[in-house]
Amino acid sequence: MSALLPLATLASSLLTAVVIFLLPELAVRTRTALNLAAALIKLVLVIGMAWGLTRGQVYAFELPVVEGLSMVLQVDALGLTFAGLSSLLWLFTTIYAIGYLEGSPNRRRFFGFFSLCVASTLGISLAGNLFTLLIFYELLTLSTYPLVAHRGTPQALAAATVYLRYTLSAGLALMIGLVALQVLAGDLRFGQREVLAALGAEHEAVLVALFWLLLLGFGVKAALVPLHGWLPRAMVAPAPVSALLHAVAVVKAGAFGIIRLVYDVYGIGFSAALGLLDGLVLIACVTIVYGSLRALTQQELKPRLAFSTVSQVSYIVLGIGLFGPLGTIAALAHLLHQGLMKVTLFFCAGNYAEELGIHRIDELDGVGRRMPLSSLAFTIGALGMIGMPPVVGFISKWMLGMGAVQAERPWVIAVLVASTLLNAAYFLPILNRLWFRPGPGQGIGAWPAARAPSRLETSAWLLLPALATALLSLLAGMFAGLPFSPLQWATRVVDQTYLAL
Amino acid sequence: MSATPFHLLWLLGAPLALGLLAWVRPPRHSGLVLLVGLPLPLVAVWLLLGLEKGPMAGRLALGPLMLHWRFDGLAALLLLLTQLLLLASALYATDYARATRLGRHAYAGLWPLLGGLALGLGLIWIAADLLLLYAGLELMGLCAVGLMLLPGSNAALSAGLRYLLFALVGSLAWLLGIALLLGAGGRLDLAGLAALTEPEPVIRIALALLTSGLLLKAAIFPLHSWLAPVHGSAWTPVSAIHGALVVKAAFFILLLLWRALLPKAIAGAWALGALGSLAVLWGGLQAARAAGLKQLVAWSTVGQLGYLMLAFPLLAGTGADVATMAWQATWLQLGGHALAKAALFMAAGNLVLATGADRLTALTGTSRRLPLAWMTFGLAAVTLMGLPPSAGFTAKWLWLQAALTAGQWPWVVVLALGTLLSAIYVFRVLRCAFVETGPEGDPEPALKPALKPEPGLGPALKQEPRPKPELKPGPELKPGPKPELKPGPKPAPELRPASGQKPALEPRRPPLGMELVALALALAALALGLAAAWPLALLPAVASPPAGVR
Repeated sequence: MSALLPLATLASSLLTAVVIFLLPELAVRTRTALNLAAALIKLVLVIGMAWGLTRGQVYAFELPVVEGLSMVLQVDALGLTFAGLSSLLWLFTTIYAIGYLEGSPNRRRFFGFFSLCVASTLGISLAGNLFTLLIFYELLTLSTYPLVAHRGTPQALAAATVYLRYTLSAGLALMIGLVALQVLAGDLRFGQREVLAALGAEHEAVLVALFWLLLLGFGVKAALVPLHGWLPRAMVAPAPVSALLHAVAVVKAGAFGIIRLVYDVYGIGFSAALGLLDGLVLIACVTIVYGSLRALTQQELKPRLAFSTVSQVSYIVLGIGLFGPLGTIAALAHLLHQGLMKVTLFFCAGNYAEELGIHRIDELDGVGRRMPLSSLAFTIGALGMIGMPPVVGFISKWMLGMGAVQAERPWVIAVLVASTLLNAAYFLPILNRLWFRPGPGQGIGAWPAARAPSRLETSAWLLLPALATALLSLLAGMFAGLPFSPLQWATRVVDQTYLAL
Repeated sequence: MSATPFHLLWLLGAPLALGLLAWVRPPRHSGLVLLVGLPLPLVAVWLLLGLEKGPMAGRLALGPLMLHWRFDGLAALLLLLTQLLLLASALYATDYARATRLGRHAYAGLWPLLGGLALGLGLIWIAADLLLLYAGLELMGLCAVGLMLLPGSNAALSAGLRYLLFALVGSLAWLLGIALLLGAGGRLDLAGLAALTEPEPVIRIALALLTSGLLLKAAIFPLHSWLAPVHGSAWTPVSAIHGALVVKAAFFILLLLWRALLPKAIAGAWALGALGSLAVLWGGLQAARAAGLKQLVAWSTVGQLGYLMLAFPLLAGTGADVATMAWQATWLQLGGHALAKAALFMAAGNLVLATGADRLTALTGTSRRLPLAWMTFGLAAVTLMGLPPSAGFTAKWLWLQAALTAGQWPWVVVLALGTLLSAIYVFRVLRCAFVETGPEGDPEPALKPALKPEPGLGPALKQEPRPKPELKPGPELKPGPKPELKPGPKPAPELRPASGQKPALEPRRPPLGMELVALALALAALALGLAAAWPLALLPAVASPPAGVR
């Protein structure tokens, strides 16, 4: 039993945040070095924990807060899935953010809260009970608010206010639900899947009601329809923050919370017995189709990507709702896959905005000639979202379809097909504009606000992370059969979960 | 060497002695204050740790009068909290005096009053009879009024005198109650009074008088109207100690009395809980529309005190587990809020000092200049909102758990609404930190918006729920329901620097010491949330008789 490693992982970002706040605004180099070092150290620590876990090492930390209630950190395969994803993408997002914010004001505040945000995300993934999860979940809300409001424009402030309105209410619902669970069943550790099922039939109605209350709490961050309203509005934030909201931390935290709720608190069998999974599948399907339809009507790039997130994150929820191992594997794998693809897309959208001042989709004509590498990365991400092999998105959709068959819900496949068509309908026109429509690159018209051309198509800080994540989403799809690919890791987690069941 | 009553006496008397000393020679440097003052909290810690052998109790004969006291874990913790906050306030005050160029005499007067306040609070924490409680309450109240009057401005005088009036009315009610009790039972010690098995009507009337007096002093809705105006004009370190401790002392006595004399009065307890709920809502609403920063913080005190009142219904006639949770939640909330409120007042004071104006709109565009003050404000606000990790969060969790276990649903709703309201008023302030274009670059920052809203301010103003009050805070300061309390000549001197008696504070950077004291308090409130197990383990069990003698 070792408490050191999870605490050190948490501290690696937490202390970084403190030091960054203490550094002067102009200490750019020190801050950059610190950011990168911390991101690397954290990645190494998470990999170390994963390695230890496969060898049967137990990592746990417990701090009693009040009687019968403890703050618990524990490392399990599911938690490490999320921790690994966020640490890996964090590294890229940090690199990207350093380049993106070059020369802009308030970088100390930005990177301080950025680090706090990753610390909270890590806390969520390592939380060993719902109480601890709640602590870090709320901390995530508090540390992302300054990032959304960062630019200080009226739009940014309004978006941040909307974000708070949604997330704080959700946090409240979550807290009340968790306290009620505590009253019913005591301090539930993740993994004690029998406790609620053993409470007896007279508590079932309450448990069902509590499930929906808790889902309300997690659903806001996971942007389930109709709780998604904050996500498209938060698009006014800088691009690295969008990457954070959509791929690395926030929506993922919501989806991860739902996974914990279904698998580790209620237990998948008990959830199915209570009929909760049907509702979950229904909500997921509605969200998938609605998000895609709304994405189709957006004329600007980032809102289109935002609604695409609304739709894609619900694939995870859909996979959870499909009662069966394949659906679960799909859910976990998609947690990782969506992160890789979406972060690529947002990096590229940020590059277009930074380099050429492009925000609207109809301004993208001919960008492929001016920014070929970014556009290549964007294309990989978009094809992945559509579900084109060999990008990872295909694996997700394939596994989800298989899960639907296994769970005997063939109509879900129709939803998947519809969603795929819609994905194609809103991504392919963009690709068409990028590569095949003549634009300012060919001397027709002008970019909204182009920078002077440099040796690379844009700053290396901005370009390399996008290329790296695009490459990773390609590799993860092509080598899905190799050990430690997202798919294989997800299979491993699910094996453990189902064996324990 | 084990703790004896002598050590306790020393700890009670030392602040007053130091205060008198400082009156003669006011300290100029916070380092000296720290050096001299630091032993006090350390002795309090030592006394607290010495209590493992059990609480101390005793009585003291003063001629015909018999005074009863007891010193248990709760008293020791509160004494420790008092000493810590007084030290923080004193440290802050030395820098504050230099930064705002306080008058020599007024500044010298601060010290004995602070010392007296410490003695009064200490007496209240250890008192086990009504006479000693009365002595503590009066001493504390008079010192508090004196502290409020120190600025000497018209606004401070009118608010302070109104405070004095309210305090005197409260004391009168209290004295009447004591007289009735003495006539009915012939004794005033809590243990003896608790032994009177059947509460006669006289005792009920007496308790009603005592309760109303205390509600007035604790600024519980609807008797809260004196609170916000006094804080508007008081010095920051005084506001901090007042909002953190003075009002809570009255609540402490109220809880002590009800636990001893009316443990089964469920209807009354629910009535107090309902008053608390209204306080949470009203205080939150007023804070959400307050025009000035200090007003906002003061109104938030009204709301947060309301939470404490939930202790009554959850402690009266409920099971042992519910009572334990509510008991722990109460003291956790009291401690956390005391630390956070002091930090919040200090951070707000730093912001006001640095911008030269108290209005919220004047705060925009200052985050680059004042990162530490903003950070402190944000951290302290986390406790106020009851978000993790903070004492406010842990307390709210315990309260929710107690309310749900007992099936007392209304309090769940109150806690939920209170949380949302506090988030609304807190983020009304915090969002100003993100606006880059402030009125600060303006030659006359305070005057301009009153004449015409400048374009940079437009959007910010538009999004305020009530834009008007910001431009004329005069009538807004009046606490709603009582028109006679209208602070006519009252102030906002920063709005009318030409006509006011004192010119607007010139914007300046607060000294680092002031910022660090506030930050330390805010961090302590956060840490208390996760390290709650230690102080809670030292609390006396809820079932134990509150007046420990015999």
